[in-house]
Amino acid sequence: METSRRRVLQLLGLSAAALATPPVFNALAAGAPAAKPKIGPGTEALTARQWAMVIDTRKFKSEADVKPLVEACHSIHNVPHWDEKRWEIKWLWSTKYESAFSGTASGRFASEVFEGRPFLVLCNQCENPPCVRACPTRATWKRADGIVMMDFHRCIGCRFCMAACPFGARSFNYRDPRPGIKQTNKLFPTRMKGVVEKCSFCAERLAEGKMPACVEAAGGKLAFGDLSDAGSEVRKLIRENYTIRRKINLGTEPAVYYIV
Amino acid sequence: MLELAINIANFTFLVGVAAGGVMVVLPYYLHDYKAYGKVTILGEFLAIASVIMCITFILVDLGQPMRVLNVLLYPTPNSVLFWDTVVLNGYLFLNLIIGWNVLEAERNGVHYQSWLKPLIYLSIPWAISIHTVTAYLYCGLPGRGFWLTAILAPRFLSSAFASGPALLILLCLIIRRVTNFDPGWKQIQSLAVTVAYAICINVFFLLCEVFVVFYSQIPEHMDHLTYLFVGLHGHGAYVPWMWTSMALMALGIILLVNPATRKNELTLIAGCIAVFFGCWIDKGMGMISGGFVPNPMHEVNEYIPTLLEGLITIGVYALGFLVLTILFKIAVSVKEEVRA
Ligand code: SF4
Ligand code: SF4
Ligand code: SF4
Repeated sequence: METSRRRVLQLLGLSAAALATPPVFNALAAGAPAAKPKIGPGTEALTARQWAMVIDTRKFKSEADVKPLVEACHSIHNVPHWDEKRWEIKWLWSTKYESAFSGTASGRFASEVFEGRPFLVLCNQCENPPCVRACPTRATWKRADGIVMMDFHRCIGCRFCMAACPFGARSFNYRDPRPGIKQTNKLFPTRMKGVVEKCSFCAERLAEGKMPACVEAAGGKLAFGDLSDAGSEVRKLIRENYTIRRKINLGTEPAVYYIV
Repeated sequence: MLELAINIANFTFLVGVAAGGVMVVLPYYLHDYKAYGKVTILGEFLAIASVIMCITFILVDLGQPMRVLNVLLYPTPNSVLFWDTVVLNGYLFLNLIIGWNVLEAERNGVHYQSWLKPLIYLSIPWAISIHTVTAYLYCGLPGRGFWLTAILAPRFLSSAFASGPALLILLCLIIRRVTNFDPGWKQIQSLAVTVAYAICINVFFLLCEVFVVFYSQIPEHMDHLTYLFVGLHGHGAYVPWMWTSMALMALGIILLVNPATRKNELTLIAGCIAVFFGCWIDKGMGMISGGFVPNPMHEVNEYIPTLLEGLITIGVYALGFLVLTILFKIAVSVKEEVRA
């Protein structure tokens, strides 16, 4: 017993010493393939300084105009569907005018005009995002192209980002989302119980040179582009139309614009 | 977001109880108020048990508790929750080190080691910091009008300095009854004065808030208080609770400010219980649930804790009181031994 224990300790000591010496380390590593796989943006990736979306609310008359967009987003992103309201997970949804623009809505008589019309809402990919400030693990962070990104695998589920977001753009998985997914898209990760999720401006599609799924499904009702590029379609629309954004008084600088 | 708010609520309340312990530590070490020498250890041990409950409430609240170390693996100075983790754990260790060593020195009949002194001084502002940082968790969030007020941290502290010492008085009275160690009537009376002042200030701060909110009439700020005290859009689950809390705090003020009732043991007990539960409802239930309802879109989704959440809460409190009993037992045996 005693000798075997000593033997193990000797072995451990020897191997530690061996590993600590660079030549041995290199010799050990020599067997492995030399070149590391390269990770980086693809050549066809769409890039921007600040991605932004323009929603032409005049073209959304009823729920039927909204549904295909939500369907497109939620199906490719494996967003579960629950009937119970408190378990709901939402990346893209529609709400009434007063809720979408609470605090800044132009008043009760204006809302008559918008009566019954759906207003699309999603994460605003704020230029000054309070959710990023609140996150204690950097599981939510702002990318160089303006997208407020989430790492579902780092998120500890503290939900302070949800308390910080003034738009209710984030959802928490109170239960395992997988049984709630009709058909799993194998190209996008499913989430686990206890993490937060939200719209990511289809970062994974932009990386492949594709437009966001909801924009593609909208047939011109939505526009998407670089806000810092004066020649972009979004800038043109903002220039030529009267647009509003949600709760600009809070200073989060939403990157989703609404033509009303 | 609302789900599990009960954990956050209890967490917030208990940070207050932990910080409240400083109300005996401060006069003893800073003002050389000798009488508190007998009870500082109880204040420190109460703080330890409370912080342990706080940390447990946060852990059970996390969606992925196994990943909690991510907070330390990816330190994020812009996140208040990161700082809260730092100050809470720091306060726990400070109190463990100080409490343990001072008690050991007392047992050996010597003065505590001199290196403890700076730590003791540090623990005083540190106690203030834990509750300030906890208030900052809430009061820096845009779009949550109820919390968006600079007086939130002072309000948290005033209710902490009322509820913490009120609990300590009750505990001292129990120890007096069931052990041979007497924390002292004089000490209990001084603590009662602290509670009386603190609860008055707490109510004053609340009235300041009420004035600002209802005189300015800004809906984002006003609707939360309206929801809590009279109900909003037909929802009013918290209305009876909030008025109970107001009544309890008023009763506490009457019983503790009035010298005759403060000096009577029975009315003192009643006053402390009233203050403790009044603060618990106000801070535990009202402050947190009221901040989430109505939500930033001005929709009312009421939060009623589920049975499971209730059971978890009871479990965490049971754990905390077990720790508290063990620590107090140790402290009291040492005190009895020294006196014998
Ligand atoms: S909308 Fe909410 S979640 Fe999205 S970036 Fe802004 S604050 Fe963050
Ligand atoms: S829930 Fe996740 S993403 Fe949100 S603040 Fe906590 S760790 Fe960050
Ligand atoms: S941009 Fe992409 S992720 Fe965001 S709502 Fe549209 S489809 Fe969904």
